[in-house]
Amino acid sequence: MTPAWFMGGLILGPLVAAALAFTFPKRGRGMACAAAGVVGIAVTALIRAVLGGGVSSHRVSGWGAPLGIDLRADGLAVLLLALTALIAVAVTGYAAPYLRATDSPEARHRERYFWPLLLFLWTALNALFLTRDLFNLYVALELLGFAAVALVALEGKGDALRAALRYLFVSLSASLFYLLGVALVYGQCATVDLALVAGRAQPGPALTVALALMTGGLIAKAALFPLHFWLPPAHANAPAPVSALLSALVVKGAFYLLLRLWFEALPVFHTPAAARLFGMLGAAAILWGSINALTQSRLKLLIAYSTVAQLGYLFLMFSLMTGRDGGFGAWCGALLLLGARACAKTAMFLAAGNILRAAGHDRINDLAGIAQVLPVSAFALGLAGVSLVGLPPSGGFAGKWLLLSAGLREGQWWGGAVILVGSLLAAAYIMRVMTRAFTPAAPGTAVRPVPPIMEWTALALALVAVGMGLAGSWLAELLRVGGPWP
Amino acid sequence: MNVLSLTLLGVLFSSLLTGLIIFFLKEESHRLRTWLNLLGAGLKLVLVVALLRGIYLGKTYAWSFEFLPGLPLALGADANSMLFVTLSTVLWFWTTLYAVGYLEDSPHRSRFFGFFSLCVTATTGIALSANLVTFLIFYELLTVSTYPLVVHRGTAKALQGGRVYLTYTLLGGAILLLAVAWLYSLAGPVPFKERGAIEGLMVSHRRELQWLFLLFMAGIGVKAAIVPLHGWLPRAMVAPAPVSSLLHAVAVVKAGAFGIVRIVYDVYGAENAAELGVLPPLAIAASVTIVYGSVCALFQDELKKRLAFSTVSQVSYIVLGTAILGPLAAIGGLVHLVHQGLLKITLFFGAGNYAETLGIHRVSEMNGVGRRLPLTTAAFTVAALGMIGVPPLAGYVSKWYLSKGAVTAGDHWVTVVLAASSLLNAAYFLPILYRAWFLPPPEKWPAEHSFGRWETHWMLLAAPLVTAALVIWAGVFAESAFSPLAWVKLIAAREYGP
Amino acid sequence: MFAIGFYSLVVQTHLLRRIMALNVMGSGVFLAFLALALKAAAPMPDPVPHAMVLTGIVVAVCATGLALALADRVQALEAKEETPAPETPPPGATGSEPEDVG
Repeated sequence: MTPAWFMGGLILGPLVAAALAFTFPKRGRGMACAAAGVVGIAVTALIRAVLGGGVSSHRVSGWGAPLGIDLRADGLAVLLLALTALIAVAVTGYAAPYLRATDSPEARHRERYFWPLLLFLWTALNALFLTRDLFNLYVALELLGFAAVALVALEGKGDALRAALRYLFVSLSASLFYLLGVALVYGQCATVDLALVAGRAQPGPALTVALALMTGGLIAKAALFPLHFWLPPAHANAPAPVSALLSALVVKGAFYLLLRLWFEALPVFHTPAAARLFGMLGAAAILWGSINALTQSRLKLLIAYSTVAQLGYLFLMFSLMTGRDGGFGAWCGALLLLGARACAKTAMFLAAGNILRAAGHDRINDLAGIAQVLPVSAFALGLAGVSLVGLPPSGGFAGKWLLLSAGLREGQWWGGAVILVGSLLAAAYIMRVMTRAFTPAAPGTAVRPVPPIMEWTALALALVAVGMGLAGSWLAELLRVGGPWP
Repeated sequence: MNVLSLTLLGVLFSSLLTGLIIFFLKEESHRLRTWLNLLGAGLKLVLVVALLRGIYLGKTYAWSFEFLPGLPLALGADANSMLFVTLSTVLWFWTTLYAVGYLEDSPHRSRFFGFFSLCVTATTGIALSANLVTFLIFYELLTVSTYPLVVHRGTAKALQGGRVYLTYTLLGGAILLLAVAWLYSLAGPVPFKERGAIEGLMVSHRRELQWLFLLFMAGIGVKAAIVPLHGWLPRAMVAPAPVSSLLHAVAVVKAGAFGIVRIVYDVYGAENAAELGVLPPLAIAASVTIVYGSVCALFQDELKKRLAFSTVSQVSYIVLGTAILGPLAAIGGLVHLVHQGLLKITLFFGAGNYAETLGIHRVSEMNGVGRRLPLTTAAFTVAALGMIGVPPLAGYVSKWYLSKGAVTAGDHWVTVVLAASSLLNAAYFLPILYRAWFLPPPEKWPAEHSFGRWETHWMLLAAPLVTAALVIWAGVFAESAFSPLAWVKLIAAREYGP
Repeated sequence: MFAIGFYSLVVQTHLLRRIMALNVMGSGVFLAFLALALKAAAPMPDPVPHAMVLTGIVVAVCATGLALALADRVQALEAKEETPAPETPPPGATGSEPEDVG
């Protein structure tokens, strides 16, 4: 079998499963497991192919650009595909008992739609990571947005619906901004294929406007400060597995597109001024998100604001990507950070879901005794926190180290300072939660039991986040494939 | 991967695996946990002895693994690291025994022993690190794994103490991270090397090196509890006695002191550091800490707090020895690393026994404890006298070399500091001994437990007796070939060389 | 049209109007595509933008459907909150079937 088969499997596997899960609602979970199997095999094979033979590409049904759909898998794409698969599998394992909590019509309704939507989201993400033309990327991004909005709305309560609608408006208008930019790019370059655009692009006002429109739209989708306002309510009101998916993967989808846009299609525009602008927005996001996280009274909101802060680190990379090694260090750092934080965030949201289930609330001030009732979840929360703060040997540390040393090497002291302050603030808000969790409970606090698999999924992901630091060299090798580095 | 590097990894993994397995043990499987603990500690001891023998025979141990591009995680065993690794391994064994006895029937023991083993892993890792980045990694791991031990009891006071501890150490860690990353951007991963690894930067980056030294000392000084960075130590004394004894008298503060030794000797090189003019400020900071810690100790009524301030003061002896140029002071400082560890752990074991057996936490309650717990009090007395520096006990040896080194280096004021400190040591230890032996015991102890045949649980008794014996051995047989002093002389000779 | 649509999206508070504003924005973008197709000054208009617009319209229809379904439920819930009548059955699906697009 060729890599083309695997790429096809990555998109068609979850898609077919989504359609089947929708048609046969009773089989939703089985479909998700089947899709996980297909994707797992395909991703593993694709990683081997990419490590062994470099970038693989495939033209769907033989049509080339500009009309056909080109699929391309390089190191970056494969890494994100694997990350998506990992998190989707974990969420699948977690969601099964989570959704069966109560046997009310609402719960059944939720379960009926959760599985197709999850699989659909997965399809959209895989398509997004494999596609290489601006228009198909738009379609994938839009589908991703629909699935995400519908998942937020699953809870069916007033707050969740309002948050979903707000999210939908932001998402749709951001996509339209992006699409308008695509139109302008097409007008200039007569193509939307990333590689061809890179070859034909001439810096000029039209392309500048196009890039600004696209970037603006994507920043809103990626929830970079100051366009992050929609994220905390949407993430905090969704069911725990959904929050995990949104925080770990969906916003990263838009970030991925930005990477492709700025570093692959239009690298000519990556000037020091643009880099500095991104860096400053990133720094502001880190500080603003962290400070807000510190002042939240609900655990899920705290985690959501911490997502805002973590996204800032990724954008900080843009300003550090000017190094002598072509910015490879900063690039690896940001992507390692992305991977580790995605796992850590998922673990945290899942653990928060457990706490919500056990205690019936997620008020940080009333978390006393959680460590005794849910030791595994509390442990997962702590380990994920270790990765989030960036203490060794976690993936968060490896990423932070790479970004920090890139910043120091380039003499960008302010970047280094922001990274350090950000991690201290992260330590402060994690500590706030952990201190409460380890306080002994007042006697007579009633808690509901939590199925062990829900606890262990959270812990497993937290362990991946911590262990990722040790695989840093291997991941860097993978990232090198297809990138513009020697 | 050969047998030599496997031994090295074995030292690390003997406690790491023990810890990880223990996390998953049920709370009730008491016997299994105890055996696992002792097995891990014993195995580590055997491996360390093998390592010592290998180094004695001239083998070199090294292992490295590139965990980020251009950033190796490297372990190695040189004379300096063996000093620390042997100390922590020997003391871990006895502390484990002590902790098993101490925590009998208390809740969350699996969690406790799991983190306890992780802590020792981190300490061993710090000792065996062969470059600065690896050191940093284990240093931070130590911070993370000690926090749950400090807050183990979960009381409001413990949580408060834990918060203070974490605030201090994380800030220190961030400063250290900055310093390491900065040096990395100048000189790569900086392998530890006798006489320094930054020779090439001495001329071109003089100013940066001075700033870096300040950052290093600020970052590591937190764990070494140098004034004014010592605030966490007395507050962290809320932890259970085995934690205070191993971690806060030996592992954490010693990791800090050892870090300073590494930075001065194996990153900068003592002579380079002296050339940069950064050693005198360090010596002054250490002296201030010595005197200040002793003065504070004088006014503490709570026994553990008195011991904590005494630690603040004593650990800076090591720093002082490092900061004074010359082999004699170096010997004094390094040997105190071992001696202070032995002395302080004995004192903490004693304090733990008083608390556990009689419910005594304050100095003012200690009247006549010598009659109720004669063996414990004897061990306590030996250690206290050693701390004061009574010959021929361990503390005397360190102080002797320190003052001789200071005089040789021409820093006469240091002898005044040492003398003042010894007087203060006597002033805060002798009243305790007097109360314990010569004042009549009260009618009733605050909370007495009976442990049958012995004056207290046999595990609680064995540990302080053994460490007290080691204190006597380290002092009396200081000149023999198998003493900490002999080993330290070897290190000093290599650092200062012919 | 794009600008007008975006302005209304920001200014309007009524959900239905905001959804319409989004549609106006979308139409603006599609027209821009078509204009670019004609601009190429060839005897035949460039077919690629037309294909894109077709796909885009399908996506937009789905989006509008989803938005309307959501808005409907929000309003149903709000009505329920205002008049505490016990039975207001939540209307059907979340509107999420646009699987075969793209």
